This record gives sequence, C-alpha cells and structure tokens, in this order.
Amino acid sequence: MFAPTSKAEADETAQSLTIEEGKKLYSVGCASCHGTGGQGTSDGPSLVGVGAAAVDFQVGTGRMPAATSQGPQVPKKKNIYSQAEIDQLAAYIASLGAGPAVPTEEQYGPEGADIAKGGELFRTNCAQCHNFTGKGGALTHGKYAPDLEGVSPKHIYEAMQTGPQNMPSFPDTTLSEKNKQDIIAYLDAVNSSKSESPGGLELGGLGPVSEGLFGWIFGLGGLIAVAVWVAARTAKAKKS
Amino acid sequence: MSTAQTRRKAPAGERVADWADGRLGIYSLAKANMRKIFPDHWSFMLGEICLYSFIIIILTGVYLTLFFHPSMNEVEYHGSYVPLQGQLMSEAFASTLDISFDVRGGLLIRQIHHWAAIIFLAGMFVHMMRVFFTGAFRKPREINWLFGFLLFVLGMFTGFTGYSLPDDLLSGTGVRFTQGAILSVPIVGTYISMFLFGGEFPGTDFVARFYSIHILLLPGIMLGLVVGHLILVFYHKHTQFAGPGRTNKNVVGMPLLPVYMAKAGGFFFLVFGVIAAIAGIATVNPIWVLGPYRPDQVSTGAQPDWYMGFAEGLVRAMPGWEINLWGHTLVLGVFIPLVLFGLFLAIIALYPFIESWVTGDKREHHILDRPRNAPTRTAFGVAWVTGYMIMLIGGGNDIVATHFHLSINAVTWFVRIGFFAGPVIAFIITKRICLGLQRRDKEKVLHGRETGIIKRLPHGEFIEVHEPLSQEQMYTLTAHEQYKPAEIGPTVDENGVERKVKGSEKLRAKLSDAYFGEGAQIPKPTAEEHREITSGHGHH
Amino acid sequence: MSSQDIPEENLPAQQSAGDDGHGHGAVSVPDDKHPFADPGLPPHEHRIQDVDERAAKRSERTVALMFTVSMLATVAFIAAFVAIPVDKSVYIFPLGHISALNFALGLTLGIALFCIGAGAVHWARTLMSDVEIADERHPIEAGPDTREKVFADFKQGAKESALGRRKLIRNTMFGALTLVPLSGVVLLRDLGPLPEDKLRHTLWSRGKLLVNMNTNEPLRPSDVAVGSLTFAKPEGLEEHDHEFQNEIAKAALMIVRIQPEDIKDKRELEWSHEGIVAYSKICTHVGCPISLYEQQTHHVLCPCHQSTFDLSDGARVIFGPAGHALPQLRIGVNDEGYLEALGDFDEPVGPAFWERG
Repeated sequence: MFAPTSKAEADETAQSLTIEEGKKLYSVGCASCHGTGGQGTSDGPSLVGVGAAAVDFQVGTGRMPAATSQGPQVPKKKNIYSQAEIDQLAAYIASLGAGPAVPTEEQYGPEGADIAKGGELFRTNCAQCHNFTGKGGALTHGKYAPDLEGVSPKHIYEAMQTGPQNMPSFPDTTLSEKNKQDIIAYLDAVNSSKSESPGGLELGGLGPVSEGLFGWIFGLGGLIAVAVWVAARTAKAKKS
Repeated sequence: MSTAQTRRKAPAGERVADWADGRLGIYSLAKANMRKIFPDHWSFMLGEICLYSFIIIILTGVYLTLFFHPSMNEVEYHGSYVPLQGQLMSEAFASTLDISFDVRGGLLIRQIHHWAAIIFLAGMFVHMMRVFFTGAFRKPREINWLFGFLLFVLGMFTGFTGYSLPDDLLSGTGVRFTQGAILSVPIVGTYISMFLFGGEFPGTDFVARFYSIHILLLPGIMLGLVVGHLILVFYHKHTQFAGPGRTNKNVVGMPLLPVYMAKAGGFFFLVFGVIAAIAGIATVNPIWVLGPYRPDQVSTGAQPDWYMGFAEGLVRAMPGWEINLWGHTLVLGVFIPLVLFGLFLAIIALYPFIESWVTGDKREHHILDRPRNAPTRTAFGVAWVTGYMIMLIGGGNDIVATHFHLSINAVTWFVRIGFFAGPVIAFIITKRICLGLQRRDKEKVLHGRETGIIKRLPHGEFIEVHEPLSQEQMYTLTAHEQYKPAEIGPTVDENGVERKVKGSEKLRAKLSDAYFGEGAQIPKPTAEEHREITSGHGHH
Repeated sequence: MSSQDIPEENLPAQQSAGDDGHGHGAVSVPDDKHPFADPGLPPHEHRIQDVDERAAKRSERTVALMFTVSMLATVAFIAAFVAIPVDKSVYIFPLGHISALNFALGLTLGIALFCIGAGAVHWARTLMSDVEIADERHPIEAGPDTREKVFADFKQGAKESALGRRKLIRNTMFGALTLVPLSGVVLLRDLGPLPEDKLRHTLWSRGKLLVNMNTNEPLRPSDVAVGSLTFAKPEGLEEHDHEFQNEIAKAALMIVRIQPEDIKDKRELEWSHEGIVAYSKICTHVGCPISLYEQQTHHVLCPCHQSTFDLSDGARVIFGPAGHALPQLRIGVNDEGYLEALGDFDEPVGPAFWERG
C-alpha cells in the first residue's frame, strides 16, 4: 500500500522540480516577450492554456525564442535548447493552464496508417496552403506556409494540434488522432528524402511554373544550341 | 517512254518514279523543289523545332489514346501507386495512372508528349518573335504570319484541353477557372457553361468533350494550317539576311537535296532525341501526387502550363470590379482580363498590316531587317514582350513571392503597375539602344573598326588604330532601306480647290513621322560622307 | 484604308540594287559614286575535308560511329524494356529515387534518335558540298496578261451562269445557304440543360446537419475551437453519390470560430453560433475552393488568384480580383446539440454571372 503512494509522491516531486527548472529557463529566454507569468505582453501572446505541445513545437523547431525584430512571420531556425530543456519549459507552460500535451510516438508514428486516406485528408485540409506534397506556398503580405520536408512527425502532429502562428489548428475533435497519423504517413511517403519521383527530376514539386522554366531553359534552350551547331559554317581549311 | 525501250531497262528506282510521275506528276514538282535553296541561319530553324515537336506530339498522342479512357465514371483505384489505393477517382484519372505506372514505357511517352507540348509552344513564341523582329512578316508573307499566329493560339487551347484530360486536382482547378470565366461573359455566359459542361460544373461530360476537341478538332485544324504554312514557306522561298551577293531578288544557301534534306531530317531526330532524353530525366505533370479532382479541394501553386500563364497573370492582377444593375451582374473583374487576353494577342497579329499601312510600301521584301534598323518596330515588339512577360510573372506571383521572400500583395501591385509602365519604359529604352547601334554601325562604316591597338604619334598623342571595313562588311551595314516620313501631300489640287484631309491621313502622317521622322532613325552614311573622310585621312 | 497612297518613288531604294542593275548577286566594283556597292558572293573556301582526304575519312568514320551508336542504343532500349520491371525504383544522383525503366528508356531512345540526327548533320556539314548557290526569285504577282485573262474568264463564267440576271435563283440560293447551317446550330441544343435557377441553390436547407469532411460525423459547437479550421458538407451527401461532385462544388463549407467580440459585421455575428461562422468554401471570383485561413488575421486567401476575404468582417473582399464577399450560411444548434443549417445560402455561391443580380 505504501509503495505506490510514495511513487506517486516521488513523481509529483519530480514533476514540480521539472516545472521549477522550466520556470527558470522561461524567465531567461521567454519572459521578456511573453511576460513573467506567461500572461503575454505587447511583444508576445499569452501562453496560458497553449499546452506543452505548442512549446515543444515552437522551441523544438527553433521558431521560439524569436528574434526581436521579425518580418511578417517567425521563421524556422536552429533549435538552441536540448530536448530535456524543452520538456522542462513545456511542463512549466502546461502548469499555467490546460492545453494539448506533447504527443507520444504511438500517436504520430506513421506505422500502420492509411496513406491514401492521409492523401485525401491532406488535400482537403492542408494542400491549399502547403501545396499537394507539402512544398509550401505563399500567404498574404509576405507570410507563407513552410515546406514540410524534413519536419519530424512529432512536430507536424503538434502543428496540426496547436495551430502555430497563422496556421489554424486542427484539434482532435475535428481531425482525429487517426486522421493526423494518416496525414503524417502520407507526407512521409510523398515528401521525404526517400520519396519516389518516378518521372525523374522533381523540379521542386511546384507544378507548371518550374516545368515551364525548365522547358524554356533546357528544352528550347538546348534545342536552340543544337540548331546553332546545325546551321553554323564548317571550319574552313587554312589558306596556305 | 519510246527512248527508254530502245535502251536497256531502267533501274527499279527510276521505274517506280516513272510510275508515280505518270499518275501524280511528281517530276514537275521535283524539278521545282528538289534543289530548292534554303539559307543557313540558326534562327531559321526555330520553325523546324515547332514542326518537329508537333509531329512528336501527334505520334506520342496517338499512342496515349490507345490506353487513355476519356470517361468521368467514378472508379475505386486499385493500381500500383500505393498512396492513391482505394481512392475514388474518374476513369480518366485512373487510366492516366495506369499509363504512368503499369504500362511499360507509358510514363515516358506521357512525359515526351507533355514536354514536347511545352517546347512546341515555347518554340512557336520564339519563332514568332524572330519573324517579328526581322520584319519577315512583310509582303508577301502576311498571310503566313497569320497562319503562324493562329497555330500559336490554337496550340494554346489544344495544350489547355490536353492538360485538363487526366482530371487531376490541378487541371480540374484550371477547368473550374475556365468555367468561372465563361460565367462572367455577359448574357450568354451561364448558357455556354451549361452547354459546355452538360449541366452544372463539373458534371460528367467535360473530359469526353475536351478529348474530342483535343485529339480531333483542334489538331485537325492545326495540321491543315501547318501544311498551309509549309507550302507558303516553299512557295515564297525563305527570306535571308543582307550580305554580299544576297539581294531581294535571289536566295542564297544550300540546296534541299542533299544538304537540307540531311540537315532538316537530321534535326528532326535531334529534336526528338533531346525531348526523349528530357522525358527520361525530368518529371512533368506528376498527376499522381496531385490527386484526383474534387471541386472542394485545392492546392496552392495552382498554375496553368506556361503558355496560359499570361492569361492567368491578367486574371490575378485585375482588381475585383463587379457592377450590379437592373438585376444583372457585370463581372468586370473576370471579363476584362478575358477581353484583354484576346486584344493583347490580336495586337501582335495585326501589326504587319498596321506597319504596311504606315509605310505605304507595297513591294515584296525578302531581305530581313536587322532589328536595330527598324527601331520603332523593334521597340514596339520589345514593349509587347515586356507586357507579356510581366503578366507571366503575375501568373506565378505566389511562386515568385515564396522564392524571393516577397509579399504576394507587393508582387501583385508590381505586376499591376508594371503592365502599364513596363512596356512604355521598354519601348523608350529599346528605341535608344537601336539608335545607338545604328550610330555605331555608321561610325564603323565611316571610320573603320576599332582595333584596340593604341599608337603613339610622333608628337606624343595617343590614338587608337581604326581598321577600315572590308567591302563585304560595308555593304552589309549599309544594305538596309530607310523610309522617309510620309507627308499628307498637297491639300490644294491643281484648280486651287482645297480638299478635305481625312483623319486617317493625318494619323498616318503622324505615325510615319514617329517611325521614320527626325530622331527615329540615324541616316545611313552617304557616299559623300565616306569620300570626305577617306580622302581626308588617306587609306591605310 | 487611306485615300492617298504613298507614291512608289517616295519609298527607299535598296542599296546598289535597282538603278545600276547590279541586283542579282553579280559582283560590282565599288567606285567613288558607290563606295558601299555589293561585292557579290564571296568565293567559296574549301573545308578541311575538301582538301584533306584523311580529314574526310575521319568525318566518315564519325558519321558511321554515330549511326552505330544509335543502333546499339535501340538494342539497349529493347533490352531495358524487356529486362527492367515497371515498378523498379533506383536512386540516381541528382535526379532522386526515379523509375529505372523510365530513365533507361528515355536515355536510350534519346541517344538512338539524337545520334541519327547528329550523324546526318555531321555528314551534311563536313562531306556534302557546301558551295552556296544563289537561286533567283520571281515576283509572286502574275503579269497583267494573266490578270486580265482571269478576270475575263470569271466574267464569262458569271455571265454564263446568269446569276446576276436571274435574281430569283440567286436570292433563293442565298436564302437556302443561310438557313441550312441553322440545323447544325439547333442540334447543339441538347449539349446541356438551360441554366434556370440551378446556380442559385445548394443542398443546404433548414435543419441539415453540418457534417465534418474528415470524420464524416456531424459537428457539435464544442468540437470547433477558436483558431481551428474545419470543412463540412451537408448531411446525407456521401462521396459515392452520383451527384457528389456537382453538389460539393456548391455546398462545400468552411467553418471557423472567432471570439464574438472580434466579429465586426453585425449580420455575421447574428448568423453565427457563439462565434462559429460557416462560409462557402467556393471563391466568388472563379470558384476555386478557397481556404487559406490565417487564424490570427482571420484573412482567407484564394490560392488561385489571391482574392483575400476578411472572415471577421462579413468575409468582405480586401484584396484581389473577387467582386463580392463569400456567402455565409446561417447556422444554429438543434435539440440534440448538433450544428445545423438554418436554410440555404441566401445568395448564389461561387463565381458571379450575368443573371446573378
């Protein structure tokens, strides 16, 4: 009877320690914009209730902490925190108000998911901004939906769940856990370093614009180069 | 024949030829054409690129019809492409997947077909510009210019209908746009839309209907025009650039048999070879990642193939004007770009007639102009191309925005302003460049070529040695014609009665002055100028 | 076009053609009067192959080599077709993971064709005669005799037909020829139905539940979080239905939730349910499924032509070529707590058209 209780107590202590550590990290790296208690300032939104998943995504992809002067959108950059530190930060933010937790591997892992269904869901929910295979695209006034290649399944899952920056969220109530898994599996199949491009060079996967450029430069350009050879005068014998 | 009987029996080849001549009269045809002369210049082969890619498109297109099902019946996909298995799609889309993944070589032929189409249109565009900038459209070739122009326009629509056939998400979006544009047409728009799609969009008819337009109607017309185009090229004989021995009354070059036969025939294989290799190396229109069309799905980066990019740009740049009056809607935001698209293309098509009216020249022209020697025409052409290119950028404004880290709104504004300002700036700059080049040609004729060798004269002055041009070069640089501006002519006839000067006459005089008046061209060096300079300095 | 033609003598004469009769590529010697005269075709210069038999032999071997390579490439093409499975994928830098068959067929076919062309052109350039020949041109216009003969023949023919004299025949013939194409036009009538009011209605009607596109379940207000984006279809419409494509093309719905105090348009708030607003997903410009929703600005952008709508302000157009706001669907909650439509859209969805008004 004693053991479980003490274990729970121990967990609780560990948890509060983690939160403590997270709070320290927070006050150094985040508080200047998001306020000392995460209530938000004019420089950064409130973090109460955003949940651990949002922290894991924002800090894990290097978007947070953001540069002081930012353009229309905070870009992805090199992450400066270790995963342990991110977990501590996440625990602290989660303690401020309930929000989505960091997903587990069973939730986001692409194993056993339905790729085709994922494709359909991707085209309904995601392709309008991220392009048909997730190469990204333009939004208004310099904002953009980023390329999804190389983004880890966990971060994709968290992005769908929390809706970072201008991306809308797709909570489990409208896009189920299974749906998200299918989408991740689809992306893994069509937009990763091992994705197949049967026809040859993918040309950025951007559609007709890059195809047109390629056709003009290498197609017509190459043919004109050939035409120059065909029509050129043959070298004359040197006059002796 | 009687002489042949007395001799030994003619060789088999000759006998076949005799047989054919007796029925088709091929000898008189061959007499006129077998040693027909074609001048050599790389830019004269642009048309061949178009012709050959057209033939390649027909060959590969016929192959594709053997496997493609132009049907919008809904099927569940169970082919070899895993990420679409179990998805609902039209038979058209499913059969395109089969061509790409299950028919051996099908993907290659599909890609050759599509790449060749992109290159065909690009080739026609450049070919048309070559003809424009060298003045090859002048009498007697105006009709052939129109044939070529029609081929370009029909090529655009053939390409568009073909691009729509697989019924994928991207092309479906394009078809949806077309339908929206049709709806904007006043009064008849909704009727045309209902008739074209067999009811509401998307319906189940358009793939089959576009199919017959794509493989039969438009290519049939194009084939006829291509044949006409070629017959006229043969009949008129090819133009040539000015040069020693090349006049308006002759054509200098190599005979059709054997040199041109080998070069032109060989070039067909070269074009086919290059396109086949490209199709083996680079993907075009990967419909499998685009997915089947659903009217409630879309992907960003929704663009048409490049040749429709100009129209796309017009639509994207247009502000959203809409007028509601007396229970009717005038959708100017879509209809104006639709009209502009036609007008902008029509301008270049009609240009030869405008120019010949301004010059009043009714003679045949077989010597090509160097673009610099027709500054106003060249400037006009560059202005037109600038407008076209700016709209092409407009058609890809989202891709431009993401790849150059710009705001899409800023790119759109650039295109809106650029469409009006760009051509004007391009016109002014081009004209100045042309005049500068004319001036340089004149200098060269009168003072010789700068050799880059600096000589020190006995009294210490440094001069650059100028080498006089050869007779050939001097002739080539002075061979062009220079028009004088047309004047309105006497407004009073011999009886002293004043005649009314028509508005069109005044307009022509004005245009003519803009084309050929003071400052619009640099007068050619005259014999007197040349004499003065050469006698002054003495020959080297 | 103009009453006054420009007289021929005002047109420029071509350099050294015309007046002195040196027009036919004949050599003319420059003199003081004509310093820029046409010197005529330059003399032919021999190529290396013309004077050096060894060079010619080399060219011959090159051409033969090209043709041989082409033959080998065709053999390789057939071998690849037979040997490589259609679904085999290979990694080739820098092309990526590509179809082995497509790559092999494309390259071998490309080489087979290119080498035939290259061989033929090399042959033509190095071994066939490169002496330039001048061919005369003849005016395209026929001489005056021919012209007169043609007109005379035509007049004769026209007279013999009596078309001008027998006006009754002429008029009825024109009438018949004008009318007969009409049958062709009439035949096109059944290409499609008349528009009627088809573009004005969608599947939505009072009481229809809003069904989530992803899960195929009806939506509850609690499912829709602020900042989220959901797509919905009317209850009863299934992907397998025959009319699915036509119906979803009009009925597709985009659902977002905005804090009620952030909604600027009064009617929008009225037609929402606790800040949940349902807008047509079909762009009012030319009908693309618009849905690039920016949850912080509440702007929604169309990926096709960049029309931008403000979902917090009645979905009015704030940028781009669309001419009017996105239609809003009035929604509420039924007894069981599900979101439902309170009627059809009160205006046609999608692109504007003449009869829209």
